[in-house]
Amino acid sequence: MKVMLQHVAHARSGDKGNTSNICVIAYSEALYPHLREQLTAERFKAHYAGVVKGPVQRYEVDGLWALNFVAQDALGGGVSRSLCLDNYGKSLSARVLAFELEIPESLAGELRGPRS
Amino acid sequence: MKSLIRVGAGSAWWGDRVEPARLNAERGDLDYLCFETMAEATISAAQVRSRRDPSFPGYDTYLDDRMRAVLPACLKRGTRIITNQGWINPRGAAERIVHWLREYGAPRGMKVAAVDGSLITERVLELTDRILENGKPTSTLRDSLVSAEVYQGAEPIVAALKQGAHIVVSGRVADPSIFMAPMMYEFGWDALDHAKLGAGNGIGHLMECGAQVTGGYFADPGFKDVPEPWNLAFPIAEVSPDGSAILTKVAGTGGAVTLQTVKEQMLYEVHDPANYLTPDVVVDFTTARLEQVGPDRVRVTNISGKPRTPTLKVSIGCTEGFIGEDMFFYAGPGALRRAQLAKRILEERFKIVQLDAEEIRIDYLGLNAIHGAMTPADAPEPYEIAVRVAARTRTREEAIKVGREVDGMAVSGIGMTGKRVPHQDRTREIIGVWSSLVPREKIVPSLSFYEV
Repeated sequence: MKVMLQHVAHARSGDKGNTSNICVIAYSEALYPHLREQLTAERFKAHYAGVVKGPVQRYEVDGLWALNFVAQDALGGGVSRSLCLDNYGKSLSARVLAFELEIPESLAGELRGPRS
Repeated sequence: MKSLIRVGAGSAWWGDRVEPARLNAERGDLDYLCFETMAEATISAAQVRSRRDPSFPGYDTYLDDRMRAVLPACLKRGTRIITNQGWINPRGAAERIVHWLREYGAPRGMKVAAVDGSLITERVLELTDRILENGKPTSTLRDSLVSAEVYQGAEPIVAALKQGAHIVVSGRVADPSIFMAPMMYEFGWDALDHAKLGAGNGIGHLMECGAQVTGGYFADPGFKDVPEPWNLAFPIAEVSPDGSAILTKVAGTGGAVTLQTVKEQMLYEVHDPANYLTPDVVVDFTTARLEQVGPDRVRVTNISGKPRTPTLKVSIGCTEGFIGEDMFFYAGPGALRRAQLAKRILEERFKIVQLDAEEIRIDYLGLNAIHGAMTPADAPEPYEIAVRVAARTRTREEAIKVGREVDGMAVSGIGMTGKRVPHQDRTREIIGVWSSLVPREKIVPSLSFYEV
């Protein structure tokens, strides 16, 4: 079944200069392999098209069921230069919550949050 | 040697709440209370301010508030304080802290240490070569340079503790190092023991953003619920001599310490999780093990470390012009179509007044101001919209034009425009921040001691 990532994982973004890092952490060990397989650096970058202008590097931390995406040229020149109201990019992690994943029906019980 | 020390957080940035620091001091049973009060551009902003305002003392503007909140309880319990509230004047901050210590009846002879040596504005162009972000020579920053400061590690703080300081106040020190210094001092860790320093610095990293590990910057209703999110506490680490720790918070407060809050903070502002560079050690988070050992208690073990690099990071602040910004509002049916016409009017007006800008941005706040080009094309039209306009310019005169053109939208604009009365300054100076590296041996910290 297709589900939005927000039911599968949680996320937080941080800033360093003009680079944003967005960590995406599966809610359970069983969900993590599906996240890891489907949310590639390439797909991540495409999902952030128009805002993330530089390369995206993905790091896996299997012990935490986590992926860490490091996106360059993502903060409008950097915190102090950015014309965006959210100049730290604190809300950027919310975008990945809308990414669509294919999850087996058998894992429906692992999903979080109300589903419409 | 103690078998355990309790280290608490007192702030995660300059504007952080003061009450949770008081709570940690009064009810945290702390051996150490640590304050982190700087963002990347804090020092440069302080330099700009001190040039403009001779009465600005150059340290944390909330120093008095924070010390008054925590000193009575810290003196009673014997809690030591490590803080980077010294900004560009650690000695001035130390003298001010001594004033408050006397006020609260601290024993004669109690020592406050000031750590200097971070500020290298005069020497930075000699000591550095390339800008890390763009590879250009740092000499290209000569004309716009405001401030340069090195991120120092924990060693000078440890030296101050060894010389009997009860409170240590510094300028720029790497955030996790502030929290690790007490561990090095109490457990006798060698500055080159990268296994222990990796573990300790990892715990420091989990603490440096305060409430971000105790339920702050986390809640998402229905998905990640946090109890009483209006009543968050700052974290406490119960650290063992091997650098493992239990993260927790004062009982009876809101918030949560869970595997999820700890994981999010572990990767916060981290790039390669196997190689997190700090002045003291290279931290490897990929080996970490987390275990929920009780309500709001997470045990963190096995964070590892690799030898430190031969260089220290320098943060270089430069003046880079100005930003002018303002906003105005539409509501009800047709809010978007009126906002779209308003945007067109502003674009034409900026041509007429010959706004000389490096970049102009006009957004519909409520629709696309935050996620910009990522906003889905089929996003529903909101009931209310703010037109938010910003421009980056070389001079303040040009930046002022943004607010002046928004003023014009009052009586010369379109129907049903809501506007703020322009009381506030709608321009601000940009201090751009660049990074470079300096050889470690070129930086010599200095300690000054002040006594009650």
